[in-house]
Amino acid sequence: MTLRRSSGTALRRSSGTALRRGSGTALRQAQGPGGGQGSSRLAWLGRLWGLSTGRFGIVVVALIGVVALVARFWTPFDPQHVDIADRWAPPGWPHLLGTDGSGRDIVSLLMAGARTTVWVALGAGLVATLIGILLATLGALTARWIRESVAVLVDILIAFPVLLIAMMISSVAGGSLWVVILSVGIGFGVNVARVTRPELRRVLHSDFVLAGKASGLTPFQNLWRHLLPNVMPVFIVQLSWGMAVAVLAEAGLSYLGYGAPPTQPSWGLLLAELQSYISVHPLTVIWPGLSITLTVLGLNLLGDGLREATDPTLSRRGSEAEMHQPAVIA
Amino acid sequence: MSLVVQDLVIEIGGRRVVDGISFAVPDGARLGLIGESGSGKSLTALAVLGLLPDGAVASGSVRWNDRELIGLSDRRLAELRGDEIGIVFQEPRTALNPVRTVGRQIAESVRIHEGLGRRAAAARAIAEAERVHLPDPAQIVRRYPHQLSGGQRQRVAIATALACRPRLLIADEPTTALDVTIQAEILELLHGLVDRDGMSLVFITHDLAVLSQIATDAVVLEHGRVVEQGPLSTLLTSPASPVTQGLLRDATATLWRPGGAA
Repeated sequence: MTLRRSSGTALRRSSGTALRRGSGTALRQAQGPGGGQGSSRLAWLGRLWGLSTGRFGIVVVALIGVVALVARFWTPFDPQHVDIADRWAPPGWPHLLGTDGSGRDIVSLLMAGARTTVWVALGAGLVATLIGILLATLGALTARWIRESVAVLVDILIAFPVLLIAMMISSVAGGSLWVVILSVGIGFGVNVARVTRPELRRVLHSDFVLAGKASGLTPFQNLWRHLLPNVMPVFIVQLSWGMAVAVLAEAGLSYLGYGAPPTQPSWGLLLAELQSYISVHPLTVIWPGLSITLTVLGLNLLGDGLREATDPTLSRRGSEAEMHQPAVIA
Repeated sequence: MSLVVQDLVIEIGGRRVVDGISFAVPDGARLGLIGESGSGKSLTALAVLGLLPDGAVASGSVRWNDRELIGLSDRRLAELRGDEIGIVFQEPRTALNPVRTVGRQIAESVRIHEGLGRRAAAARAIAEAERVHLPDPAQIVRRYPHQLSGGQRQRVAIATALACRPRLLIADEPTTALDVTIQAEILELLHGLVDRDGMSLVFITHDLAVLSQIATDAVVLEHGRVVEQGPLSTLLTSPASPVTQGLLRDATATLWRPGGAA
């Protein structure tokens, strides 16, 4: 069994690499002279798929995205439908993963919960991106007194744990998903800024930024074309980690009562409700826990893969080997 | 189309690193700025384009076609940069953006100054790559800088600087980081391109031998001041100042001579 599985993986990996090389070359040839710049825009997708981590990340994240989308329109049962007669049903038909203590269908609850998860991960990711880029840019590219103040502000904000920010916001605005999105977004945006800022400073002093300026780029064009692309790898890793933490934080905060209201389907709430029965019905607790773990793992691996696939300098050995191969053979 | 620098002073934190330099580059002239490191030659070049680092302040006068560049807004300067005045830097390893393809970097100034679209710019990048004799231009424009050799990267940097056909090229030690054979190739390339486009050239170096192959006149700098200036032939045969004499002693032998074989 193990043997077959491992050989299967090996096979898939090699065919994946072949596919990647093949499609890359095909793309390059199809482009012909003139339209050459398009190939590099899509090549990273192929590279991402070629990495086992990237492929796993894509599959998991896509799966959860699709489930969330489907749950928007259809779930096998109404996730809020209570049926006391059918409580703690074991996995089977029609309740594939069984039911909880109120007789709610667990598959439907998980699907509906996926919507919440996707919404929170995307929302927190967006907020973290905006705050992170804004603070990093302000902290790296502005006049000395502004950027030093921003750095100090970031250092102060970083001292506040996400949970504390969430508690502060929810005490004012009440518990909702917005609390989760904002608190994780702010908490991680600050983190992103803290890591991205020195990177931006480093890149800012490189010759190619000066060369870009010497080509007539305005500061904004320079930021967009030279500075941000060079801090992207750092940024992507931080962001994917932030989104994974947002999923965890939503579960945790909902569990503590600062996040999703009890009427909102959420993996964290489900986990909180089911875990008191862990000794009686251990199987049911597994499902929301597994969903959370899988999503966090998928996001992290996707981030890792993206970093590797979008940074051309990391593919150096492979591409050079490809470059030199023909000469050696000839 | 002439560059006139008059009493240029550059201060960093109150210290005068360039102290009243004056020189002129008439249309089509090839002037060398030569001096040991720390003589202020690179800062002078950067000051012409308003590219001085934070904290460095230039005063005096830099006139390009009777237009004062010192004190000109960054926006106006950006219109000149790359379009009328191009610059090539010393270190080809760091002067190119590692995460953008070579072609995009060559076509950058063309897209800005001539408003070319993505497609037209890509085609132009190939033409420009061919012009600096990069091998297999249609392929090489899709590569990333780290996939190129040092000499190829410097050719890319030259193509980038010349893509808009500037009237003045400032070359800041473009051959210093390269080994001697590549150095000769790059010098030959620059020589040919400057000739063909009829542009003016300001060539910055610490090597009199390199300069003698590409420039006709030279300004010798030391500690931010001009110590000697005039036709290169005069400086080479009868150097007046001890600085020039020292540079003459330190000059290295190079392979290439204009119009002759190695």
